[in-house]
Amino acid sequence: MQIARETLLRSYRAMRTIRMFEERLHVEFATGEIPGFVHLYCGEEASAVGVCANLTDNDTIASTHRGHGHCIAKGVEVGGMMAEIYGRSTGVCRGKGGSMHIADLTCGMLGANGIVGGGPPLICGAALSHKTLGDGGVAVAFYGDGASNEGTTLESLNLAMVWQLPAVFVVEDNGYGEATSSSYACAGTQQARAAGFGMPYLECDGSDYFAVHQAAGEAIAHARAGKGPVMLHVHLTRWYGHFEGDAMTYRAPDEVPKARSEHDCLKMFRERVTQAALLDASVLDEIDAAVADEIEAAVMKAKDDPLPQAPDLLADVYVRY
Amino acid sequence: MSRKSFRQAINEALRQEMRRDPTVVLMGEDVAGGRGGSAGVTDAWGGVLGVTKGLLEEFGDTRVLDTPITEASYIGAAAGAAVTGLRPVAELMFVDFVGSCLDQIMNQAAKFRYMFGGKARTPLVIRAMYGAGFNAAAQHSQALYPLFTHIPGLKVVVPSSAYEAKGLLISAIRDDDPVIFLENKVMYDDEDEVPDEAYTIPLGEANLTREGDDVTIVAFGRMVGLANQAADRLEKKGISCTVIDPRTTSPLDRETILECVADTGRLVIVDESSPRCNMATDIAALVAEEAFDTLRAPIRRVVPPHTPVPFATVLETLYLPSVEKIEAAVTATMNHRVVEKV
Repeated sequence: MQIARETLLRSYRAMRTIRMFEERLHVEFATGEIPGFVHLYCGEEASAVGVCANLTDNDTIASTHRGHGHCIAKGVEVGGMMAEIYGRSTGVCRGKGGSMHIADLTCGMLGANGIVGGGPPLICGAALSHKTLGDGGVAVAFYGDGASNEGTTLESLNLAMVWQLPAVFVVEDNGYGEATSSSYACAGTQQARAAGFGMPYLECDGSDYFAVHQAAGEAIAHARAGKGPVMLHVHLTRWYGHFEGDAMTYRAPDEVPKARSEHDCLKMFRERVTQAALLDASVLDEIDAAVADEIEAAVMKAKDDPLPQAPDLLADVYVRY
Repeated sequence: MSRKSFRQAINEALRQEMRRDPTVVLMGEDVAGGRGGSAGVTDAWGGVLGVTKGLLEEFGDTRVLDTPITEASYIGAAAGAAVTGLRPVAELMFVDFVGSCLDQIMNQAAKFRYMFGGKARTPLVIRAMYGAGFNAAAQHSQALYPLFTHIPGLKVVVPSSAYEAKGLLISAIRDDDPVIFLENKVMYDDEDEVPDEAYTIPLGEANLTREGDDVTIVAFGRMVGLANQAADRLEKKGISCTVIDPRTTSPLDRETILECVADTGRLVIVDESSPRCNMATDIAALVAEEAFDTLRAPIRRVVPPHTPVPFATVLETLYLPSVEKIEAAVTATMNHRVVEKV
């Protein structure tokens, strides 16, 4: 499938933004200046971006605790995200959500989610809204191999089929649920699970943007056409620990270095588009430089931005009370 | 205006709101019932106790959605639909089943607005029946409104009559926050004068079902009726009671409770829920903190024992608050004599 130049440029920029956002957080978190928990998406960029390149603001996604990549891919503003992670009042959630609850309903981002398996039921609801309102939208649940074992996820696969919802279930299989491998914790296969519900199934290499874009495009087109939900199984490698501070003693020493050298989605993208003369290397270099500036500015601003004030504690529990 | 049952009043509220607002959808287990069965019937039940009967016929299966018996997915779906443009009314059947979907209520729907910095609206109603008195035993009889009251972000409605149920449910559906609407299963056939037209009763404004000078009784849901019966009996003995129906446990009309206690100086709270950390303890704390000096006797709580709800009628009757127990508590508070400290 031919991908428009504009889409390629936007996708590369989004992947580079995620990479630099997360690599910078890795550095900044170690200084102790960032409160709470942070879960990094490095190495998985092509999944969020390859899927979201097939979506518009009218479509909805739900994310996970590892949500920064999905947010950026869906168009949440990077400065507001950084400020949120720093707990500032200028954050997208005014400093009241933090890394695990970044959401922006105006661009169809239904939230990162601190609860494993929290997203799939919500996505059934968002898909029901799209179907009932007849707005042509599709709802996409991103969830990990760990969440694929949650009852909420399995119930949602069933409900989406029963209601024939315009939904796509993207299993981001990075090989580990926290510190436990999916080879230990997931019985059977994702494919057999989809088949168990009579749901169409696709899988792809999550380090290959083009493979994800192609498979997600098919899945989303199927759902958008009113043919019901699809499961998309994306194979990935997580470059950092479950959370920042995880020493990853459960992984062989060569696992991550191998992934970084052989399955770096950004390197693979660059090679592909330059060899096929789709984009010039110089254009990609310019994007890299612009993103580096953007991340630097976002961090500097977040560190200087105002903290929430005492009245914010009591605000926005209810619309009216 | 005509006499309608609690069941009919709720059905009428749902029907009128679905007519008024096309984004109102119903979902739940057997809210229509019969789908795919060998009889080919698609509105077999209208909910296990017939509360939603007839709505499928008028609104069709795109707005009256039968679900599989999977509470986590459809309550979560209701939350997800609520933040994306619909105004769902999800039926949880027995509130006891919240054990299967508490995350979707507690961690998702209740917290969206706060976690997202005030940018979400979650106009969701979850209807469920509660309460003992039906020999439904431990897993189908609980009065779990304190559980929901404990969770910031939720509103909790406990209607005490058919009239109250209709007006409060219409308010709940029109409300932009998630509302837990709890119907006492023993009351579905209770009749009341209920206006035919749609009307609202504000959430968070208590109703005084009677006013008296001696004792304030605060009661919830079905207990309001029992409190009024007890007050009738006490009146004949020369004891006059104020009976407060707070209507909602969250928000709670603290001002009305405090004003009435200031007038009477005595307080009895009737609460069908388990006695630890329930509405009775909550209100007792409120009054102890804010109105200590107005009290002329210790606060009395008429509550069940700290046990699961038993099955056998004799035990269930012992378990529940009753007119006699309320009467005894009021009499005890009237008989209390303050001993002056020397």
